[in-house]
Amino acid sequence: MSHPFHDVAIVGVHNTPQARRLPGHDSSSIALQAGLGALHDAGIPAADVDGVVGTAAADAVLELGLGPCTRRPSGLGIPSIVDAAMLIASKQCRVVLVLAGGAGLLTDTVAAPWTTPPNELVAGFGLFTAAEFALMARRHMLDYGTTEHQLATAAAVIRTNGHHNPEAVYHGRGPFTAEDVLDSPMIAEPFHLLDCATTSEGGCALVLTGADRALDHDDAVWILGCASDSYGPAYTVAPVWDYTPRQGGEPAGRVGAHAAAAAFAMAGLGPQDVDVAEFYDPFSFEIIRQLEAYGFCRPGEGGPMVESGAIGPGGSLPVTTDGGTMSYSHPGVAAQQFQRVARAVRQLRGDCPTAQVDGAEVALCSNGGSGALFADVMLLGSSRP
Amino acid sequence: MSTAHTPVLVPQPTGIPLPVPSGRSQPFWEGCRKGRLVLPTCSNCGARALRAFAVCSACHQTTLGWEPSGGRGSLYSWTVVWRPPHPALVVPYAPAVIALDEGWWFLSAVVGCAPDTLHEGMALEVAFHPASETIDLPYFHPLGG
Repeated sequence: MSHPFHDVAIVGVHNTPQARRLPGHDSSSIALQAGLGALHDAGIPAADVDGVVGTAAADAVLELGLGPCTRRPSGLGIPSIVDAAMLIASKQCRVVLVLAGGAGLLTDTVAAPWTTPPNELVAGFGLFTAAEFALMARRHMLDYGTTEHQLATAAAVIRTNGHHNPEAVYHGRGPFTAEDVLDSPMIAEPFHLLDCATTSEGGCALVLTGADRALDHDDAVWILGCASDSYGPAYTVAPVWDYTPRQGGEPAGRVGAHAAAAAFAMAGLGPQDVDVAEFYDPFSFEIIRQLEAYGFCRPGEGGPMVESGAIGPGGSLPVTTDGGTMSYSHPGVAAQQFQRVARAVRQLRGDCPTAQVDGAEVALCSNGGSGALFADVMLLGSSRP
Repeated sequence: MSTAHTPVLVPQPTGIPLPVPSGRSQPFWEGCRKGRLVLPTCSNCGARALRAFAVCSACHQTTLGWEPSGGRGSLYSWTVVWRPPHPALVVPYAPAVIALDEGWWFLSAVVGCAPDTLHEGMALEVAFHPASETIDLPYFHPLGG
């Protein structure tokens, strides 16, 4: 099946150093550093860039001296990469730089600002991301018997991936078992501290081109499929698993099911074709949920699939191989969302320093989650479709 | 923190981050001040809304109004927070989604029982507690408790 995006490739990716704090940086400066790194990785001079996408897009156009240049100031993750692909597929641009970074945003006294957006209906009840996602997880546990141990097992796998990754903020902190996760302090039941994402600082960027230019790159990675699901703005209304506004549609708890099916159809592939899944991991439960929503198992089978060992190194579907937001990094301004795609690109190139999936040819990456009422899915391949 | 000697869940003290009522939702907050729970409801088709929508998401008419709720329902989902996002919030507290008897969901927090007694389907009713001089928050207690 042909699709205009099948002529679009990712030819450069870069993560800056990631750390709890990056003194001297702000979100724009670390995004720019990531952008220059991605261009270096692609072997493309900055002067060839004729489109920039990301929160810092206009800053990048100015500071890299690219004007006149297309800019799209998107704060989203995978949808920003889709924007870049559209600019190329529609021949508005030839080389698009997608960049994001987060720095200088955190304090030690209150939760990260993006976890508690101001909203009158949730503010008075102390809602924040962990509680929002917990309300979804609890409902799944009630409906399917999913256990805290299954949640903890997913967290332990990802945190151990980060433990082994020398580039991870929490490198060397493990390895972790499910019992370690269950022994960590309770945050918002059923989530213990180690079931939750961390916060950190860093940047991530990617370079996209059309096939004419990408064919010069032996390690170009191709866009096979992509789609997004939203049920509304995140963190402003009750997170209700069974909320089903579209007649005959999937409930909010299954957000991403429709997107994954659409992405697979666009790629002409199915879940069985995926070699590695760079799932977004805001909370441990979301790994179980995504296995089900994206069709890797049936509803209710996500917990047992995690406990079977399928998602670990050497399993049938290794997930979040760099340690994800739980261990690798979580800079907060879309960078951690781009990092799922950047890691998938490296898996398909075969150059991950740790947890490389031998011979990986198809990767699924995702952003979002049920507590945030959105999910973005992208399928990438090592061969041109 | 151990859950072995959990206290009874109580409303938050004053000083927590408070709702800033929008123009659209004034009837909701005025209802709370008067001890009445009202739900955004379409006067054309009867559909409910998760907040004060400008348009009914079922019939797409601009006929959203407010209908009184009996204030009773059952526990649909919950969490117990032990580490708060803001230092003014006292733990533990239990944000919850309540399945109202009217057939709609409502986000609140459960008070008046111990955290380890929370269970699916638990019968609950609304009670209003002042959070500031102008805001009363609709919490849910065990029915008859």
